[in-house]
Amino acid sequence: MRFAFKTAYDQDLGLFRDPVQRRWYAGLLAAVLLLPLAVPDYVSDVSMVFIYGLCGLSLMVLAGYTGLVSLGHAAFLGIGAYAHVYFLQDLGLPWVVSVALAGVLAAAAGVLVGLPALRMTGVYLTIATLAFALIIQEVFTRWEHVTHGLKGRPVDKPVIFGVSLASDTAFYFLCLAVLIGGLWLTANVLRAPTGRAWVAIRDSEIAAQSMGVHLARYKTMAFAYSAGLMGAAGALFAHKVGFLAPDIFSILLSIQFLLMVVVGGLGSLHGALYGAVFVAMLPVLISQMRDTAPQWVGHLVGVLGKDAGAAAYLAVDRFVKQPGLEPGIFGLILVLFILFEPLGIYGRWRKVQLLLSTFPLYKRATFRRQKTYMRSERLR
Amino acid sequence: MEPGRGSALDTILQLALNGLAVGCIYGLVALGFVLIYKATELVNFAQGDLLMLGAFVCYMFVVWYGVGYWTAFALAVGIVGAFGAVLDATLLRRVIGQPQFAVVMLTIGLGAMFRSFASLTWGSEIYTLPTPFSAKTTRLGGVTVSHEYVAIIVGTVALCALLYAFFTYSRVGVAMQAASQNQLAAYYMGIPVKRMFSLIWAISAGVAAIAGVLLAPVSLIDINLGFIGLKAFAAAVLGGFGSIPGALVGGVTIGLIELFSGAYLPLGVKDVAAYVVLLLVLAIRPQGMFGTVGRKKV
Repeated sequence: MRFAFKTAYDQDLGLFRDPVQRRWYAGLLAAVLLLPLAVPDYVSDVSMVFIYGLCGLSLMVLAGYTGLVSLGHAAFLGIGAYAHVYFLQDLGLPWVVSVALAGVLAAAAGVLVGLPALRMTGVYLTIATLAFALIIQEVFTRWEHVTHGLKGRPVDKPVIFGVSLASDTAFYFLCLAVLIGGLWLTANVLRAPTGRAWVAIRDSEIAAQSMGVHLARYKTMAFAYSAGLMGAAGALFAHKVGFLAPDIFSILLSIQFLLMVVVGGLGSLHGALYGAVFVAMLPVLISQMRDTAPQWVGHLVGVLGKDAGAAAYLAVDRFVKQPGLEPGIFGLILVLFILFEPLGIYGRWRKVQLLLSTFPLYKRATFRRQKTYMRSERLR
Repeated sequence: MEPGRGSALDTILQLALNGLAVGCIYGLVALGFVLIYKATELVNFAQGDLLMLGAFVCYMFVVWYGVGYWTAFALAVGIVGAFGAVLDATLLRRVIGQPQFAVVMLTIGLGAMFRSFASLTWGSEIYTLPTPFSAKTTRLGGVTVSHEYVAIIVGTVALCALLYAFFTYSRVGVAMQAASQNQLAAYYMGIPVKRMFSLIWAISAGVAAIAGVLLAPVSLIDINLGFIGLKAFAAAVLGGFGSIPGALVGGVTIGLIELFSGAYLPLGVKDVAAYVVLLLVLAIRPQGMFGTVGRKKV
């Protein structure tokens, strides 16, 4: 096990724990910078991962650090996307201004939801954000002047300061830059008094209140910050999909965002990114499984006889080609994670790390969570 | 009477009748939420999908196997109810004591799995359920009374009377109330709390299935039928999330608001009316119409 011995006050201010960690992150940065050279075919997919990463970051701040679970984040993404396209293509504002305004507008919408949300706790808030998202989706459908309704709205390639970023590689670096900016900002906000107040609210509202945290102010701030980040992600998302239609921003997308933070690991910035990789790569994996699973099963059952193998091949082929399978797999993964690894991928990684660094002395009880059976949300 | 006046009144009565029927369905789904919430403090986001399963199971028995409507009705309610109990005993019980968020995510995941299961088993087409009262109407004055709507209203009233009698007079019902009010005290009194909770899940899933079968002839059956559960949230919140009469009154109110806003307000308002009401209630009076006021103890 490695301990960071602190010999100077500056070490407390640094973003990284020690030089070893800094070197690892530098290596990671070099890897993502060189990625377009190594695997040019996947550049477009990876830039989607970066956008999802921003979305995960946004929801992680709200759900993972402040403890306010939102089922309506697709609405903020949509507000950002439509606002950006409107400012850029109808009003002709410069790209940077347009993205900033989209973020501000989404943040304002976040405050709007956050204000009534102050009086709600727990599941009421989730339901309220869900209702908000459904209303906003209807607004996207009806407000044809801006959104072009169900016809959909094509989006141009980004042009920043006269430089066109039409190529996949250029857009990849744009997404990477915004993601790193978002990560840097969030990491800093989270270790500032604001972030600490958020975490305090998550752990116990009453304790936080008694320590002088202004609940209303900090909850609203969390909503605004999260929604603003989502709005910026929405601007990139608009360029990425190239065509906006109201049904993109459905409740299913919101659920996917939640899946991201749960699978990644609640309460860690790493988790948001792991979750983004997972959610963005899962459809690719499923489509690969669609192609290969029938053959595998066919070969396995084929040991029993040629006819059985062929029959199994056809049966599995028919099963995996059905359209309704994908949401079910998402649901199954969600259920399995909640039941068996509530800390997500990041939690599992920490356990593996600890196991390796303390090898013969690892004990499972280190991560055992205390259940609170007696705490009630009701007055009783 | 002046000409035109009578027809306006007829329209209003017609809307009120239809709204009442739709509201009864919302009320039944909301009742399912409330029963589970009162007992275990879990909020079941898969309630709407249980409704969808109920409708599909009934459809399967009637159309695929040629079983009579009433038998199929009973079978659907029994199967979905038993499924609810199994769900509680195997999955939901494990997350009691974890943050509420875990339960929300778990039931959302389960709902997605149910939808996927329905689409794999019954296909993603849209079906109609033939019933003894399909496409029959009676004219009462200027109002067209569809028998399907009457079936919904009568069914809801009968079910509520039954549930009321069950919870008030039967031994098991009173034991359930006790388990909901105070688990520990109920446990000390020798009530098998776990079994009671499974039973409550069974009742709640059964009520959802009844709502599904009643709704099926009015709204067609497809895998997205479960999204009606979202509107039922509005009903449950409006009634105050822990009150059984509140759920029904809330449901009927939402149904009426929806139908009238569809008739008299601009296009698109009907689809979001329930959610607007939900947000307003949460912002102005979070405890709903019948909820208890209170502050959390530390």
